[in-house]
Amino acid sequence: MPMTDTKKDYQKILGSVQKPVKGEAGKTGTWSSKKPVIDLEKCIPVKSGKASCFNCWLYCPEAVVSRKIPPEIDLEYCKGCGICMEECPVKAITMEEVKSV
Amino acid sequence: MVKVMDIPEEEFIYPGTRACAGCSMALIYRIALKALGPNTIITVPASCLTVLHGMQGFCTTKVSVYHTPFATTGAAASGIVASLESKGLSDDINVVAFAGDGGTVDIGIQSLSGAVERGTNFIFACYDNEAYMNTGVQRSGSTPPGAFSTTTPEGKTGYKKNMAKIMEAHGIPYVATAISSYPLDLYEKFQRAKGITGSKYLHILAPCPPGWGYEPKNSIEIGRLAVQTGFWPLYEVIEGKFILSKDSRRFLDASKRKPIEEYCNSQKRFRKISKEEIENHKRYINDLWNEIGQRLEEI
Repeated sequence: MPMTDTKKDYQKILGSVQKPVKGEAGKTGTWSSKKPVIDLEKCIPVKSGKASCFNCWLYCPEAVVSRKIPPEIDLEYCKGCGICMEECPVKAITMEEVKSV
Repeated sequence: MVKVMDIPEEEFIYPGTRACAGCSMALIYRIALKALGPNTIITVPASCLTVLHGMQGFCTTKVSVYHTPFATTGAAASGIVASLESKGLSDDINVVAFAGDGGTVDIGIQSLSGAVERGTNFIFACYDNEAYMNTGVQRSGSTPPGAFSTTTPEGKTGYKKNMAKIMEAHGIPYVATAISSYPLDLYEKFQRAKGITGSKYLHILAPCPPGWGYEPKNSIEIGRLAVQTGFWPLYEVIEGKFILSKDSRRFLDASKRKPIEEYCNSQKRFRKISKEEIENHKRYINDLWNEIGQRLEEI
């Protein structure tokens, strides 16, 4: 391939500048059939209405839980590891079978 | 003391990475990037973290990442720091080398030692999953005795290299140990390291579900056990001053520590561990904490 001096062509040749994307490994939500479901009646921030706890957000390795009231889980990318279920202090999260994401 | 709400909400890793489910390295990296902020350049050797960053053409992080060969992490970080200094940008941008245990204690040790000896202004973070997990669980210098790996099918003999102590011997201004199970402590340590000029070293234990042999959901619990049994003390050494971290402080009292068997039985990699090796672990933990006690008295 002939060398050209435009930036775009260099990138094409060298491939050195990479694009940040969501879901680089595809929809990782398909990795597991079990998905976390939050029981909002037990969830601490929902019950108290104050921004507190958020252990599910803090411990999630995949950054799919949002720090909102109520917390939302992006099931499209959740790998279903179950750490949020283990770390929830009031056991508000259960892992349930989900047929299709 | 950092609270959950003090940690920035902004994420620097996009979801949908190639890391395994329940990977504690992904959690460490996520928390570290939150502490370091957007003005960060990361350099990564071959490791699980390379896998997390994805294939050619795409990247999963919002910060710049520079991939280097296995043995050159420290040297690459030195080069990045030198180029930033020549452009007058070194005060605004953090340079962080993120390597696995193989890239730190085995293959990467010479370039790390060299970079630190030159007084390079950077952070070197080692996430220690105690074997070459990326290539299929081969033993490393950081594998604990008695642990299974594909190259030590009957359990490793010998000992686990104490890398934090080796780095302390270099006389650098900041050395710390941390673990994924205490993310607030981890966040605080990265923030502290960021504010210090000179070479900083963090050794972070990273439980690995497929390599250690446990259910992904137990990633945090296993790490907590490592701290509670006294196997992994959390501490900082700032300018030679030894500080035992809050989460580890109560385990200075030997009666508060959980038995090491509990930690070993929770993982499949220790299924062939002999009684002598358990005794060795106990002796190791005892010596470790006696030394910590002595160092605390000296202050």
